[in-house]
Amino acid sequence: MNKRHVFGLVAVLTLLGLGIFYYKWAVLGFPLEGHSEAEVWTVEATVSFKAGSKPVKVDLRIPNRPRAFSILDENFVSKGYGLTTRYERSGRSAQWALRRPRNRAYTLYYRVTVYRDEPEEEDQKTPPYPPTPEEGEPYDTARVALVEEVRAQSADIETFTAEMLRRLNDPSPDQYIDLFLGRVSNATERAELAVNLLAGARIPARIIHGIVLEGQQREADFDPWLEVHNGQRWLYFDPSTGKQGLPSNFLVWWRGTDSVVDVRGGTGVEINMAVQPSVVDALLVAEQRALQRNSQAVEYSLFSLPIKTQAVYSVLLLIPIGAFVVVLMRNLIGIKTYGTFMPVLMALAFRETQLISGIVLFSLIVVLGLSIRFYLERLRLLLVPRLASVLIIVVLLMAAISVIGHKLGLETGLSVSLFPMVILTMVIERMSIVWEERGPGEALQEGAGSIVVAAAAFLLMSVDALQHVVFFFPELLLLLLAVTVLFGRYRGYRLFELFRFKEFLKEG
Amino acid sequence: MLGVIRRLRNLGVLGINQRNSDYVLALNPRRLFPLVDDKLRTKELAIEAGMAVPELYGVVRTQHDIRRLKDIIGEHKKFVIKPAHGSGGDGILVINGRPGERFRKIDGQIVRIEELNHHISNTLNGQYSLGGAPDCAMIEYCVQFDPVFQAVSYQGVPDVRIIVLKGIPVMAMVRLPTRMSGGKANLHQGAVGAGVDIRTGRTLGGVLGNYTIGEHPDTGNPISGIVIPGWEQMLNLAARCFELTDLGYLGVDIVLDRDLGPLILELNARPGLNIQIANHCGLANRLAEADRYALGASVAERIQFAKERFGVEGTPAAGDSGEAKSGLHSTDIAGAPGTL
Repeated sequence: MNKRHVFGLVAVLTLLGLGIFYYKWAVLGFPLEGHSEAEVWTVEATVSFKAGSKPVKVDLRIPNRPRAFSILDENFVSKGYGLTTRYERSGRSAQWALRRPRNRAYTLYYRVTVYRDEPEEEDQKTPPYPPTPEEGEPYDTARVALVEEVRAQSADIETFTAEMLRRLNDPSPDQYIDLFLGRVSNATERAELAVNLLAGARIPARIIHGIVLEGQQREADFDPWLEVHNGQRWLYFDPSTGKQGLPSNFLVWWRGTDSVVDVRGGTGVEINMAVQPSVVDALLVAEQRALQRNSQAVEYSLFSLPIKTQAVYSVLLLIPIGAFVVVLMRNLIGIKTYGTFMPVLMALAFRETQLISGIVLFSLIVVLGLSIRFYLERLRLLLVPRLASVLIIVVLLMAAISVIGHKLGLETGLSVSLFPMVILTMVIERMSIVWEERGPGEALQEGAGSIVVAAAAFLLMSVDALQHVVFFFPELLLLLLAVTVLFGRYRGYRLFELFRFKEFLKEG
Repeated sequence: MLGVIRRLRNLGVLGINQRNSDYVLALNPRRLFPLVDDKLRTKELAIEAGMAVPELYGVVRTQHDIRRLKDIIGEHKKFVIKPAHGSGGDGILVINGRPGERFRKIDGQIVRIEELNHHISNTLNGQYSLGGAPDCAMIEYCVQFDPVFQAVSYQGVPDVRIIVLKGIPVMAMVRLPTRMSGGKANLHQGAVGAGVDIRTGRTLGGVLGNYTIGEHPDTGNPISGIVIPGWEQMLNLAARCFELTDLGYLGVDIVLDRDLGPLILELNARPGLNIQIANHCGLANRLAEADRYALGASVAERIQFAKERFGVEGTPAAGDSGEAKSGLHSTDIAGAPGTL
């Protein structure tokens, strides 16, 4: 039962750790690598016009919930204007207003940064059937005849739309199409015509306008697309080719037949769209994504802490890894160390000094401290005063090493002060007792073991990728915990025992 | 390497991890550890149960008490100062003579009483106890070891270690001090360990460090073939330690006094594994077999069981010295296959 309990616990920890990790990685897009970047696009709309002296009101259609993208950031630049954003049927719009404009040209900016995102749940409401357009003859008759023909050559709404658009775009259009095309002068009107013709078959359709995000574009154009509802969901058609499906990099800007910008009280209105691809820290995007999903992952993550505390945790989170190394080294290999987790603390100190100079400094201080300890032993001091004396001398030694190192231009000498002094003192004390009681061999063996384990822990802890992963995904430490728990049930031999018991193998 | 692991397993060699998980953690509740970690309590318990231990002259518990040392020592020419919470023989000071006002340590060094005071002071401060916790010092009878081991030990007091599982003596060895061990009977300090046959109390081959040896390194005398006097009593003492402490897995250290016979020196709740090398026999199979033996048997029954199952020689009279080295075969006879 006990065993099953352990394995159950391990399974729960593993699932929990991996589950949270997967959610953060796959759904929220937390970056796996440090300093990884996410691709974003900045789209800028520049509206310029000439104002007179009458109040000016500018309505600019802006993206609401663009399909396949999410908004990372947006801002409005409009000095002196009052700004409101409104939601309306066609989407969202920004409204700038100025009561007393000077008689001059004005320029307003709207800038939005978007990143790629999973398509959101779309509006599932089935729109009402549109009324059949009544535009008088000869259009109504032509429309009825056209719908009749297209219906005969199609099976459902999808194929009906495709066939209609094919005819609309045919280089040599038939007579009915020709009649309607006479009213069309641009792509938007062509799309409007498609909506009109589809309404003749009582098929709900509407126009969406957007930009294909593709590299850097100084002057991007809005492309109209056709949205057709087939009773279950919206289908997308390119009104100029009849091809179905929206390009994956199509940023929906607004819906409907309105123009993108409306300026009342201004003349010579021009709008320019510019697209600029760029990269930002992937984490920024992940945070935004989590916010949008109402997820607490970021709010309750280490990133919600002040920067200073974050720095502390980025080190603290490495301690479990060091502890795990100690588990491996002691229970699997069988290396002896001073104290259980002192090597981990030594490894943390090595982070400051770097490995080689850390080991040298450590050995130097321990050797010096040890010789002084033996001297004090002869004076027959009581234990606590002797320990205190060693501590004082260790501090002085560190100061001396730092000063000498600095004079010699060795900056690593300075970092010695970061060594946990109390630990050094305890090492010296422990080492001297082991030395006296069990001989120098054992003392040196344990000392070397501590350094080996500390070095291994240090090397593992200084792997950048690992540091990054535990800080971004602390839940993976649950996985480490699971493995550690498993090792807690390890009953096999330690590596060193294979040597220890080699006498048994001689006769076998 | 996998081959090595498999062969060790087949021989029933017990590793540290398995010892800790299957025996120490499973059979020795943590709350009972103080009974054996505190040698003073062990001694008191043993005295209550009427078991033989070295006589306690006195205890020094505070720095202030150190001045009483002279009174405690009294006229005793020989005595031992040991920390109540010492581990692995650390901090044990053996005085075996008093030339004039001074004291002679076992290694021949002559010291003044100040040295003893300092040693006790260090002991009280926790220098020899686990984790440096404050400790007390026991001053007790210095065992006059039986000359049976004279030829195979260098100074110090040889002692017998018996592993006891739920009251059944499972394996035994005698630990012989060497010059390297500084007269201490601790294997990791360089003492020689010699396996002892559970049935007859006769020594088998020896081990120094992790290597088997035939002769004592200092005296050059053969280690095997020595019959330990009072072996029955030793088995009896060891087996009774289970009822004494309730610890299911114990190492019982017994010394053999010239005049007083076997005395319990101390108990260990995490006995080491080198006893396997000394006996050239794995512990795992014997422990598993003893574990299956029903609880509640009398001391005599348990010893009988142990002798039948774990003895490797015939009676001393019919003893065939050629068998002495073949401790390995006992695992084949006694070991139940597939217990791992």
